[in-house]
Amino acid sequence: MSNFLSASIGRKVFMSLTGLFLISFLLIHLTLNLFLIFDDSGNLFNQAAHFMATNPIIKVMEPILALGFIIHIIWSGWITLDNMKARPQKYASGDQLLKWWAPSKNMFILGCMIFIFLVLHIFNFWVKMKITGDPLLDQATGTGVEMHNAYALVSNLFINFPLYDLIYVLGGILVGLHISHGFWSAFQTIGLNNINWMKRLKFLANLIGIVFAVGFSSIPIYFLIKF
Amino acid sequence: MADKILNKIYVKVWRQNNATAKGRFETYTVENVSQGTSFLEMMDILNDELILGGKDPIAFDHDCREGICGMCSLYINGHAHGPDTQVTTCQLHMRKFHEGQTITVEPWRVGAFPVIKDVMVDRTAFEKIQQAGGFVSVNTGGVPDGNTLPISQDDAEEAMDAAACIGCGACAATCKNSSAMLFLAAKVSQFAKLPQGQVEAKRRAKAMYAKMDELGFGGCTNTGACELACPKSISIAHIARLNREYLKAKLAD
Amino acid sequence: MSILNSKIPEGPIAEKWSNHKAGIKVVSPANKRKLEVIVVGTGLAGASAAASLSELGYNVKAFCYQDSPRRAHSIAAQGGINAAKNYQNDNDSVYRLFYDTVKGGDYRSREANVHRLAEVSPNIIDQCVAQGVPFAREYGGLLSNRSFGGVLVSRTFYARGQTGQQLLLGAYSALNRQIAEGGVKMYTRHEMVDLVTIDGKARGIIARDMVTGEVKRFGAHAVVIASGGYGNVFFLSTNAMGCNASASWVCYKKGAFFANPCFVQIHPTCIPVHGSQQSKLTLMSESLRNDGRVWTPKKMEDAEKLRKGLIGPNDLKDEDRDFYLERRYPSYGNLVPRDVASRAAKERCDAGYGVNSEGKAVYLDFKYAIERLGKGTIEKRYGNLFQMYEKITDADPYKEPMQIYPAIHYTMGGTWVDYNLMTTIPGLYAIGEANFSDHGANRLGASALMQGLADGYFVLPYTIGDYLAGEIMIPKIDTNLPEFIEAEKGVLNKLDQLFNIKGKTPVDHFHKKLGQIMWDNVGMARNAEGLTKAIKEIQELRVEFYKDLLVPGELKNVNPELEKAGRVADFIELGELLARDALNRNESCGGHFREESSTEEGEAKRDDANFAYVAAWEFKGVDAEPALHKEDLVFETIHLTQRSYK
Repeated sequence: MSNFLSASIGRKVFMSLTGLFLISFLLIHLTLNLFLIFDDSGNLFNQAAHFMATNPIIKVMEPILALGFIIHIIWSGWITLDNMKARPQKYASGDQLLKWWAPSKNMFILGCMIFIFLVLHIFNFWVKMKITGDPLLDQATGTGVEMHNAYALVSNLFINFPLYDLIYVLGGILVGLHISHGFWSAFQTIGLNNINWMKRLKFLANLIGIVFAVGFSSIPIYFLIKF
Repeated sequence: MADKILNKIYVKVWRQNNATAKGRFETYTVENVSQGTSFLEMMDILNDELILGGKDPIAFDHDCREGICGMCSLYINGHAHGPDTQVTTCQLHMRKFHEGQTITVEPWRVGAFPVIKDVMVDRTAFEKIQQAGGFVSVNTGGVPDGNTLPISQDDAEEAMDAAACIGCGACAATCKNSSAMLFLAAKVSQFAKLPQGQVEAKRRAKAMYAKMDELGFGGCTNTGACELACPKSISIAHIARLNREYLKAKLAD
Repeated sequence: MSILNSKIPEGPIAEKWSNHKAGIKVVSPANKRKLEVIVVGTGLAGASAAASLSELGYNVKAFCYQDSPRRAHSIAAQGGINAAKNYQNDNDSVYRLFYDTVKGGDYRSREANVHRLAEVSPNIIDQCVAQGVPFAREYGGLLSNRSFGGVLVSRTFYARGQTGQQLLLGAYSALNRQIAEGGVKMYTRHEMVDLVTIDGKARGIIARDMVTGEVKRFGAHAVVIASGGYGNVFFLSTNAMGCNASASWVCYKKGAFFANPCFVQIHPTCIPVHGSQQSKLTLMSESLRNDGRVWTPKKMEDAEKLRKGLIGPNDLKDEDRDFYLERRYPSYGNLVPRDVASRAAKERCDAGYGVNSEGKAVYLDFKYAIERLGKGTIEKRYGNLFQMYEKITDADPYKEPMQIYPAIHYTMGGTWVDYNLMTTIPGLYAIGEANFSDHGANRLGASALMQGLADGYFVLPYTIGDYLAGEIMIPKIDTNLPEFIEAEKGVLNKLDQLFNIKGKTPVDHFHKKLGQIMWDNVGMARNAEGLTKAIKEIQELRVEFYKDLLVPGELKNVNPELEKAGRVADFIELGELLARDALNRNESCGGHFREESSTEEGEAKRDDANFAYVAAWEFKGVDAEPALHKEDLVFETIHLTQRSYK
C-alpha cells in the first residue's frame, strides 16, 4: 500500500476523494447561507447556524472537514511541485492549445487564491464565533433561544464593507471555476467515467460550478443592493 | 487547389549540438515556399539552404510522412504537431501559416525525453513503459482459432480507438505536467476491452503505471490537453479506464 | 544446370511443407541458449521473427534505424491481411489463395513457397487475435472480412484502415515481452552498414550508432535480413523517408544473389506530385476504386484549360469525360489490377490528357457514387481517407473529384532465398519484402502483411533450426576476429570517403536525379533504348556523386545527411542493377512492362518460353557487369495462362 500512497495516481486519489468531500460540504454550506437571503429577520439563518454549532454529528465532522482541507491543500502543493519537475525546461512559445484561463490548467493557482480567501473568511467569521467573540454576536436574536446572532455578524460585514462584498463575490466565482473542473476530474481520477459519462459529468461539473459561483456571490450582492 | 507562395517566413528553431551541449534559438529566413508544401518539406528546403551555406542542417525526426509511424515530433508555435487538428507534423501544411510569420520550432520539452540533437528527442522512456507490460503473454503457435472467442463489435471498436495510438509523444509534450497517461491509457485500455487482455490485467496496469512514475513523467491533472493534441484523437475516457484498472488491481492486493 | 539450389521439397504441393518440416533438423533447448541470431529490421517480418526466435530460446539481437521498432514502415499498410480461413463459407481454401497469389504474380513466383504461405496464413490470424489485435468484428462477435483486389472471395481481415499498424503493434508487443525477459537485445537508432562473413558463413554485422556515430561490431551464428524493399531508389515513393536497401545491398556485395530487381509495384491511386519540393507520396487506399470512377477529359482543349486552371472538373459534362478504364476494360472497369490501372493512367497523361498543372494526374470521381448511395454512405466508407486527402491537398473530394497518379509502392524483387529463406550465403536469411520469393511479378493487395508475418512467425523459426543445428559446436562469435576488424575498417573508410568528398551538392540532389532517371526510363513502361540510356546515366551519376557530394556535420554525431549519403550510394548501384534486370527481361509480366513485348492493343504480353525463370544476379565488382544466374520456375500444379481483364 505504501507505493500506492506515493504513486502519482495514489496522490491524485486523495485529491479526488477530499475534493468530492469538500464539494459536499460546500453544498450544505451554500444551502445554509442562502437562508441569509430568504429571511431578512435573520431567524432562519441563526437557527441553522445554531444547529450546526451544537449538533454532535457536525461536531465530529468539523475536525474531519479540517483534515479534508489540509490534505487537499498539502497534497496539491506536493503534486504540483512534482509535476513541475517533470518538465525542467519550459516552452518558449508557451501553450497555445488550451486558453490561458482554462480552469483545468489553473487548478493550483485557483486553489491558492481560494486558500487566501479561505483564511480571510475564517478570520471574518469562524474565529469570531469560536474564539474571540464579537459584540455583534451577542445581539439578541428574534428566536427566543439563547444563541449567537451570526446573522448580525454577516449582514454587518456585507452592508458596511463593500470591499468585502467584492472579495466574497470573487471568492464565489473562484470556487465555481475550481469546481467546474474539479468535480468531473474527481470522478475521472477514481475511474468512474467513460466516453458516455464524460459529457454528462462535464455538464454536471459546469452546472455545479455555476450554482456555487452564483449562489455564493448572490449573498453579498443581495446585502449590498437591498440595504 | 491553387496554393499561394509565401515569399518570406522566419523559422526560429532550437539548436543544440548534443544531449549535453547548451542550446539556443536561431532564426532563419525561408523564401518562396508554396502553401501546398508540407511543414517538413519546408524544413527540407531550409536544411538544403543551410548545407549549401556551409552550415549544419537541423536534425529532426521523421519517417513515414503520412501520419502513422509516430516518428515526427516538433512543438510548433505553442502546439504539439503544430496549429492544426488531428495531424502529425508531417501532415501539417504551410497553409496554416501566413506571409512574414515567425514560426517557433521547439523539441518536445519532457524531462523523460532528453534532447539528442536540435529538435530530435529520445523517446526510449515510452519503449520502457511498453516493455513493462504492454503485451499479452502468448508465444507464437499453440493459440486457439481466431473465432473461438467472440468479442462484441462495440468492445472491438473501442479497443481499436485506443490501439490507434502512434506513440509520438504529443500527449506528454503538450501536457503541462509532461504526463504520459494518455499513452499508457491507450495500451491498458485496449487490453482492458478485450478478453485476451483480462488474464494479466492487474499485473499490466500496476507494472506500466509504476514504470511511468519511475521514468519521471508527471501525474495526470485531467486538463484534457493531450486528447486535443493527439493526432489520433484518443479520448481521455481511456485514462479513466486506466485508473479504474489500476485501482481495481490495487484494491485486490 | 544452375548453381542455384532452391531446395524445394519433393512430393505433392500440399505435402511439401509438412514433409520438409518433418525432415529438417531441430536444435535442443540447451543448445538454443548458446546460439545467437541477429535480426536486421523490425517490421512485421523482423519483429515477428525476433520475438519468435527468442521465445524458442535463441539469443537475439534486433536492429532498427528508427527510435522504436514500432515505427517500421509495415505500420503504414492500410487495407488488410489475407488468410485462407473460409470463415465466409464462400469456398475459399488454401489452394484458392495459393492459386490467386501465383496468378496475381503473373506466374513468376515459386509455387512451393506460395503454397506454404497459403498454408500458414490461417495461423497468422489466430496468433494476432491471441495477441490482442483489435480486428473488425461482426455484431455476433466473430471476425469480419472484406474482399480485395479482384479476387472472388472475401478473405481479407482488417482493423479499420490501419491493419498494418495493428499487426505491427501486435508483433511489437511480442517483441517487447522478449526484450523485457532479456531474450532480445534491442538496438534502436542503429543502422547495419556491413555484413561479416567468416569462412563463407554469415557471422555478424557492422552497425553504425546513429546517435553517437560510433561504428560497432556484432557477432552471431546467423543473420536475418528483414529490412524491407528498395522502392526509395525512385526517390518519390509511398515508402517512408528512411526506407533503404543498404542492408540487402551490403549482403549482395558480400555474395548474396539479388533476384528479380525489376519487379516493382506501382500503385495507381496516390496523391499526385506537387511541385519540385515534394519529399514523398501518399497512398490513397485501393478500396476507393470500388466506388470512384476514373476519367480524363475527352477533348485536348479541355485538358489544357484544366491544367491552366481556367475551368474545373465539374464544368465538364459527362459526354466530355473519358472513363478510359471502363472503355478499355469493360468487364473489370475501374477494378482492374494495380499494374493495369497504373499503365492506363500513364498512357492518358503521356497522350496529353493529364489534369493538374504538371499534366500528371487523372480524376477519381465520387460524384456518381454519391448520387447513387448518398453522401452518408460514402462518408462512412471512406471518411478518413477523404479527410486525409483534404488535409494534404486542401480540396474537398465530396465536391470535386480527387486527383490521383501512380506511384512506386512495393518491390517484389529482393535477395534471392531458397525454400528455407536462406540466401546464397550460408547462415544469412532474408524475410519479408527483403526477399523475392512469394509475389512473383506483381503482389496482390493484402498479401504483403501475410508474407511478412508468415516468414517471421511460422517459417523462419523452423527453417533456421536446420542450419543452426550444425552450428552448436561454434562458440560465441568473437568480434575481435580479423574478419570483423577488416569489415569495420572498410566501413570507416567508406564513411570517411563520403564525408571527405566535400563537393558542392547535398545528397538529396543526387537522390532526386536518380529518381528521375529511374521514373522516366525504368518506371511503368520500359524499352531497351531507355534502359540502356538509364544504365549509362546512372553510371555517370555515380561518378558525379563521388566527385561532388557534400556531407555537412560531424562523423561522430547525429548526422542524417551522412546516413542518406550511404543509402543513396547504394541506391545508385541498385538502380543500375534494376535497369539491367529490366533490360534482360524482354517480356511484360506483372509490374514489369516492356513496350517491345505487348499486344497490338498495348496490353502486356508474357513470354513463358524464354522468361519463366528467376533472374538472380551475382555481384562481380562495382564497375563490372553482374553475373546472371537463372532459377527455372517449374509449375507442377498450376497451368499458365495469359492474364486478361477485357
